[in-house]
Amino acid sequence: MSPILDVKNLYKNYGATAVLHDINVSIEEGDFLVLVGPSGCGKSTLLNCIAGLEPISGGDLFIGGQNMTNVSPKDRDIAMVFQSYALYPTMTVAKNITFGMKVRGVDPATQEAKLKHVAAQLQIEQLLHRKPGQLSGGQRQRVAMGRALVRDPKLFLFDEPLSNLDAKLRVEMRTEIKALHQKLGASMVYVTHDQIEAMTLATKIVVMKGGVIQQIGSPAEIYNRPANLFVADFMGSPAMNLIPAKARRNGNGTKIEIARKDGEPIVLTDTRNTDLPEDVIMGVRPEDIADPARLTSEHAQIAECLIEIVEPAGADTYAVMQLGGKHVTARLHAETSAKAGAQQSLAFDLGKVSYFEPETGQRLN
Amino acid sequence: MADISSSGGPSMARSQSQTTKLALRIILYLALCIFALFYLMPLFVMITTSLKSLDEIRTGDLMSLPRDVTFDAWRSAWSEACTGIQCEGVRPFFWNSVLIAIPGVLISTLLGALNGYVVAQWRFKGANIFFALMLFGCFIPFQVVLLPMARMLGVMGIAGTIPGLVFVHVIYGLGFTTLFFRNYYVSIPDELTKAAKVDGAGFFRIFWSIFLPLSLPIIVVTVIWQFTQIWNDFLFGVSFSQAGTQPVTVALNNIVNSTTGVKEYNVDMAAAIIAALPTLFVYVVAGKYFIRGLTAGSVKG
Ligand SMILES: Nc1ncnc2c1ncn2[C@@H]1O[C@H](COP(=O)(O)OP(=O)(O)OP(=O)(O)O)[C@@H](O)[C@H]1O
Ligand SMILES: [Mg+2]
Repeated sequence: MSPILDVKNLYKNYGATAVLHDINVSIEEGDFLVLVGPSGCGKSTLLNCIAGLEPISGGDLFIGGQNMTNVSPKDRDIAMVFQSYALYPTMTVAKNITFGMKVRGVDPATQEAKLKHVAAQLQIEQLLHRKPGQLSGGQRQRVAMGRALVRDPKLFLFDEPLSNLDAKLRVEMRTEIKALHQKLGASMVYVTHDQIEAMTLATKIVVMKGGVIQQIGSPAEIYNRPANLFVADFMGSPAMNLIPAKARRNGNGTKIEIARKDGEPIVLTDTRNTDLPEDVIMGVRPEDIADPARLTSEHAQIAECLIEIVEPAGADTYAVMQLGGKHVTARLHAETSAKAGAQQSLAFDLGKVSYFEPETGQRLN
Repeated sequence: MADISSSGGPSMARSQSQTTKLALRIILYLALCIFALFYLMPLFVMITTSLKSLDEIRTGDLMSLPRDVTFDAWRSAWSEACTGIQCEGVRPFFWNSVLIAIPGVLISTLLGALNGYVVAQWRFKGANIFFALMLFGCFIPFQVVLLPMARMLGVMGIAGTIPGLVFVHVIYGLGFTTLFFRNYYVSIPDELTKAAKVDGAGFFRIFWSIFLPLSLPIIVVTVIWQFTQIWNDFLFGVSFSQAGTQPVTVALNNIVNSTTGVKEYNVDMAAAIIAALPTLFVYVVAGKYFIRGLTAGSVKG
């Protein structure tokens, strides 16, 4: 079967400024694709291009196997939820939801039935006669979702639908959207600059920066094997530790030397990666530096480190030290014995580290 | 006194500041009343004069109330006063004005709304230049266009007709109406248009179903503005009309200027009030929407 959405070599310029550069993405039916990246990287622009709201400067775009490059938005069989929700201010909630069907000449009985169904699904039955101005942010968000759901399109497009909500509501709606996706099995493209939202919702993540795709992969791939320093730094909270180190061949392994502020460097032995260049940046997630008793990986290696700061965070305690001239965060358990200013032996899980080339930032292993 | 207020504490200080507030308020209202009286004076004189008989005007005081109220002057102004050789009062001309103003207002408002919608929400290439030129049109003095317009009307075969006058007023008003609507519509987020496009609506559907229903405040502003402009216009009315199509402003001028013998001030005043009534009426009925519309900003989604 052909993919639901297939973007091929897409370029987008505004006059002389290039906003999107050679974008290639495709998703299968039922995929939840999340576009994530810092502000201004072109996520909304890409979404608008997919929707046909912005003409593209180069490349091709297929939806459901059909070339849609020059097709107008209304014929692309898509529905879109906007960041500002864009509810029609003079229409009631019910009219907002049925407007698309009315424009397309769907018969009133079907409209009514679909409206009922969607309203029940989103629990907005009691709001149907209100105007958007009389709704709270979360309610508006639901109505905007309803307007998209009622269409039953091939592809849903979401542009940061949760960014205007407060933190608690955002988490709630996130779960709801995920549940909705699982229930409908619909194909979705979802824009966010919140990497936690990306990790929790996606079946496939696209990380973008400056209009260029940095990596495409499942959340696990993106998290465990970031393609470059940008992705490594952007995805995950707290961020991945990126520690400058020296790699030296040694028998059937590699000795990784990490400079310390005072005293000898830490030396760890990586038995799996044997052809690293001398200068590398070692990427370690905070949870891969832990209390020796709790880290039971066969690749765990223990080193003594001077803890500078201890930050209890409820379930975990973060310990910050200085390695390779950088602040390095370790994620310890809540009852850890680590004290600021004291030495602590920590286990590094070398089975999970990433290595990057310092100049290009590309992944090495 | 000083030690009383200091021992009186905060409540004393509050009541004192309330007294000054009240005093300021009284002064303010007094000043406003004086201004209002000053501005209402001419209207007062007009109304009282129009209700007096000629004798009373000649013998009495300009500011005094009429001794015997008579509507003769009004009747005469409406249906008997002479505008040149014809003596039918302002009535036929009043209807001319209505026939010019109503289509003129409707057409220029509708076209202005469409123009503003296009310029604000469908940013085509050269939209800014187009809008700048439209704006420039607002500031061309009437006198400059008189001759070219006369020629134009001649070519179109509508010189001296009521459709011709409607045409002139629509053209001249378009700059303003476009400006009003454009400024109103730029504050409407473009995601609204995008959402409607995804919903399948086209250019006119979006305009009709989404933008027009949002536009009531600015429609009121535009209608009041255009109605006042067109109704009160004299120059175009006198230049592009002929016997039978003259608007009420031209008739008023003729009544005032063509009386031979005694000057009938009461008739002049009544005619002037009749000519001004529609605009007065529009302001009274829709004035508060006018202010509201001028200050209405972005749309809360
Ligand atoms: N109409 C336009 N003309 C010129 N440049 C534009 C236009 N619209 C967007 N851009 C530029 O394109 C780039 C990408 O914009 P876009 O809105 O896609 O960013 P984004 O990734 O959605 O950011 P955010 O997370 O802040 O919404 C930005 O640098 C922006 O300045
Ligand atoms: Mg955006």
